[in-house]
Amino acid sequence: MIGRSQDLTIAQKRAIWAWAFLSMPVVFYVTIRFYPAAQAFGASFTNWNIVGRMEFIGLANYSRLLQDPAFWKVIGNTFAYLGLGVPISMLASFVIAYFLDRVRFGHGLLRALYFIPHLTTAVAMAWVWRWFYQPAPVGAFNVWLVGLGFPQVAFLRSTTHALPAVLAPAIWAGIGFQIVIFLAGLKAIPRTYYEAATIDGAGAWRVLFEITLPLLRPTIVFLVVTSSIAYLRIFDYVYAMTNGQGGPLDSTKPLVLKIFETAFAHFEMGYAATQTVVLFAILLVISRMQIRLLRSR
Amino acid sequence: MKTGKAAFWLGAILAALWWSGPARAQVEIEYWQYTFAQRVQAIDELIKRFEAANPGIKVKHTHVPYDDFRVKIAAAIPAGQGPDVVQLFYGWLQDYLKAGLLQPLPAAAFPASEVEKEFFPIVQQMKVDGKYYALPTAVRSLALFWNKALFKEAGLDPEKPPATLDELVEYAKKLTKRSPNGDLLQAGLTIDMGGQDHHWLREVLIRQYGGAPYSADKKTVTYNTDAGVAATQWYIDLAAKNKVGQIGFLTDGVTAFRSGKAAMTIDGSFRLGALDGQKGLDYGVAELPAHKGIKANFASYWVNGITTKAIGAKQDAAVKFLKFITTPEAMELWMTTVGELPARKSVAEKDANKNHAKYGPFIRGLSYAYATDFVNESAQRKVLIDMVDKVALKNVPTKEAVAQAAAEEQNLLDAFYKK
Repeated sequence: MIGRSQDLTIAQKRAIWAWAFLSMPVVFYVTIRFYPAAQAFGASFTNWNIVGRMEFIGLANYSRLLQDPAFWKVIGNTFAYLGLGVPISMLASFVIAYFLDRVRFGHGLLRALYFIPHLTTAVAMAWVWRWFYQPAPVGAFNVWLVGLGFPQVAFLRSTTHALPAVLAPAIWAGIGFQIVIFLAGLKAIPRTYYEAATIDGAGAWRVLFEITLPLLRPTIVFLVVTSSIAYLRIFDYVYAMTNGQGGPLDSTKPLVLKIFETAFAHFEMGYAATQTVVLFAILLVISRMQIRLLRSR
Repeated sequence: MKTGKAAFWLGAILAALWWSGPARAQVEIEYWQYTFAQRVQAIDELIKRFEAANPGIKVKHTHVPYDDFRVKIAAAIPAGQGPDVVQLFYGWLQDYLKAGLLQPLPAAAFPASEVEKEFFPIVQQMKVDGKYYALPTAVRSLALFWNKALFKEAGLDPEKPPATLDELVEYAKKLTKRSPNGDLLQAGLTIDMGGQDHHWLREVLIRQYGGAPYSADKKTVTYNTDAGVAATQWYIDLAAKNKVGQIGFLTDGVTAFRSGKAAMTIDGSFRLGALDGQKGLDYGVAELPAHKGIKANFASYWVNGITTKAIGAKQDAAVKFLKFITTPEAMELWMTTVGELPARKSVAEKDANKNHAKYGPFIRGLSYAYATDFVNESAQRKVLIDMVDKVALKNVPTKEAVAQAAAEEQNLLDAFYKK
């Protein structure tokens, strides 16, 4: 008995202690995070509607989903949020970070100002933007447009403009976080590389494409993946700006809002679980694709 | 050791006496409703009075946030926990019955003939297969709210609201203000299908144009008719032709009316509390405008039922409690605390209530009100929201939009009744 503990190496003993401390949070995390997710996965094969019994119905929910035209509209919207949100926010935040990096005077203040929207509650911002989007004389944007001699724009009351209009505050908030991360990434690039490039006579564009961006790769991968996940899961902006409808005529409805509606307005838990499985699959595939494509070989 | 043994036996004998005493005849039942300050207050007061009158019964009051309400109940009752008496929205009765959550109210305590004589006709929807399953303390209906200050400003008599749909449009035109560019500054009437307007269209306007929204057995949509199209066209013309309002003006109808930028709105009795709290808002309440002599209204209500968990002594206690919270006194208390209308005709039609400046129009509207048998209220509301948006944003002809809406709603009804 006494001899057992003397047979383990120090490294092994350390590992045992580590696991002893980790076991509590790991068990807690697995229970809180994975168990309900596994249950939801199982619920997607049932017709559970909260008040009834849970009956196994196989893939019926999935085939119903694939035949639901509203589902395809929602998938289209979700990818539109992704396709517009990620490039615009990445480009804007990089440009701002690139120039902000060179600013010394007021650098801290500007950085803080860019970051504040990221800290602000999404619902609060969405509501303010909602008022901005009202027609004149209430909505600030339309008042400016009229002042500049342009016709007014129906932002939220248009099936074509509503989605970008809802996306705008989300991008505006997301940029703050991306700018801060880009700034950190830019600061991590050793100055010696820039100095060497100047000595070799490289212009600003070459420096950007051959030194800065390649060295920012890990930062870019991180930001693309996290912002993709965020835009694919957009919900609070849409909910707050469209009275929870995702309208007009489903033109702004993302998948998460459809899940929310199916579960808490229609009480069709099984069907909602099916949609969450689909969302999970989309997020998994997109993230893996992005990491693969963007990771340096 | 001797004193220890003696102490043990003394304690055991005392405990036996304690546990077998007549005080053990106390029954405890649970009442559940959703969290809303005034409703919680009202029930707490009712419980206090009930317990004073029934010393052997204790009522535990639990209130659950609205978003979790249905889920928690659905989980608790089958597990033998949760409420003995539960409050539910009248529209959920079918779901609750399907899930076996409610037991029929004993006919001896709640004879059907008495319910039908005493309560407003809409309550008869709680009768399934000849048995009543739940009864309301209070009901709500719709009325026309108008801003007296804006009426005066427009040269209209602030004490004379429009009584017909034609007058409604005529007054609304006078009350609408636009800037030189044509921007809406003040709406004559709010236009908000996402608010109460979809109830107004369904149960009131369609009937006033000579149609009916659903068949007698509630399973068929019947507004895809000339009457339905005419009513819908009238509603759409408010913004499109008469220009007395705008969808989305100041984000929604309640906000527009509260901020004094809309002169009239159709809303429910539950709005009274919020409007009373709005400083500087001098408003009046009137019965919904009639059309071609036809009056109609939409009513909704929350009911109290006894769950299948309540058996034996708890069932008796639950019956007593349910009887208590549906007495005229309870309804009067509920009206002054929560602002909802009494479900008993005798209480509502007391002169003091029927002629009350604010409650009166709602109460008078109850005598010709209909309560829609929703199978999925949010989905059915969305059908009408989308119908109006299709015409306004996609130039779909009204007739086609109504036909599509009727088909969508019919799908919802079919899916529900097939289950």
